[in-house]
Amino acid sequence: MKRVLPLLVPLVALAVWEAAARLSHVSHELLPPPEKVAYRLWDGFAHGGMTGDLAASLLRELSGFVIGATGGVALGLLLGLSRPACRLLGPLFLGYRQVALFAWVPLLSMWFGGGEQGKVAFIALAAMAPSAVNTWRGTSALPHSYIELSRVLMFRPLDYVRFVALPGALPAILTGLRSSLIAAWLATVGAELFLDVAPGLGGRMNEGRETFQMDLVLASVVLLGLLGLTFSRLAVAAEKSLLKRRAA
Amino acid sequence: MTIRRAVSRAIAGIAMPLLLLAAWSLIAREGWLPDQILPAPGVVLATLKEFIASGDLQDATLISLERVAKGFAAGAVAGLGFGAAIGLSPRLNRLFGPTFLGLAQVPLLAWMPVLILLVGIDEGLKVILIGIATFIPVVLNVAQGFRDVPPALREVGAVLLFDPWSMLTQIVLPAAVPSIFTGLREGLANAWQTVIAVEVFASSEGLGYLMAWGRQLFQLDLVLAVVVVLGVIGFALNWGLARLERRLDRWQVRPA
Repeated sequence: MKRVLPLLVPLVALAVWEAAARLSHVSHELLPPPEKVAYRLWDGFAHGGMTGDLAASLLRELSGFVIGATGGVALGLLLGLSRPACRLLGPLFLGYRQVALFAWVPLLSMWFGGGEQGKVAFIALAAMAPSAVNTWRGTSALPHSYIELSRVLMFRPLDYVRFVALPGALPAILTGLRSSLIAAWLATVGAELFLDVAPGLGGRMNEGRETFQMDLVLASVVLLGLLGLTFSRLAVAAEKSLLKRRAA
Repeated sequence: MTIRRAVSRAIAGIAMPLLLLAAWSLIAREGWLPDQILPAPGVVLATLKEFIASGDLQDATLISLERVAKGFAAGAVAGLGFGAAIGLSPRLNRLFGPTFLGLAQVPLLAWMPVLILLVGIDEGLKVILIGIATFIPVVLNVAQGFRDVPPALREVGAVLLFDPWSMLTQIVLPAAVPSIFTGLREGLANAWQTVIAVEVFASSEGLGYLMAWGRQLFQLDLVLAVVVVLGVIGFALNWGLARLERRLDRWQVRPA
């Protein structure tokens, strides 16, 4: 019974959806039955170029994530470990954080264009902040005695970063990276929906919306949801294994 | 001593922004970058003044804030109810929890094409999307807060022979206040992000639209002026919430 319970709601929802699609007078373009959406998803991968869209979106997301998260961790380390840098850049960074993320889209699309560069720039910007904030928090929370100890051991600053700060702040940094990955995924969808048309899942959704193909739109939603789930699962698993290695 | 330290800290804090402003002025004056890429700070300021004088900026701000208020209110009320239900009842949680978590994995903006087909691009779209943006963090935090009431506190209630209602109002609810507040704060932040996103892409009014319009006309001064306004509003929101949180903190029940 315990195993069945979580499936109950989705099954009832599917049944209601199926019944509504079959019995109501709403056209199937606007309210496609579930099996049509499932078929569309399968067909998309089999003949419709969905694989290419998926690859394009993932590549875009990963490029933005790598650029943004690297920059974010570096900025966070700088803010957390160097007091002058924190005094100089901290307020500026916090000021930047007050501005809603999507407000940068018009600006970035002017500077980098609405094509690939503009999209990746926006994704990178979205991925930067969570990594920076968490790395900053994690490194500045390290006990002061660590610094004293590394002074006694005559660590060079880079050694301190490598052997003390990074491992010490690892849980916080990983939390930041995970949030960055989710932010980058949201930004990818946003960039693809709103900037220039290019291969990708967001573009595919736009096409579905413009041509009133709800089955295509919903198939993309399902795929985006599954990917989101995969990302967070993978991130949690990676986090666990890294932290385990640290403990060992 | 402490005053001097505070002053030196403040000077360090504004040094970098001032430096950037100086660099920006220099670039604009020397004409190193075209106006469509980076207009002079003075031009941005003049645009800001002009839009305030004409009242357009205030109108746009009010429209955006009104949308946030509507969507946030709807999302928060629904989120409090649903979050409390799945937080208090393990059975309801098994029933609805996984479905909710599954749907929450879909990036918020991906619902936009679906909603546009269903309800059009009018006010309803914005309020629903902002509502969902609020709902998700509120549910996650409220449910967690209700679930994580320290067992010691529950035992106190049991010893005092509290009926379920007193247990809820005197023990569970006060213990869950910090989580509820966290949820509402994250919800509000999400709502604010979402209104700008929706307005930039599908609106004919509001601050986000003002930016999209400025971009279409290649008036980057307008875009930057709105960025400044958004920064000020964001700051005010965070400052207000931080104050509220400090006040609520006195309330917090800490298990011994």
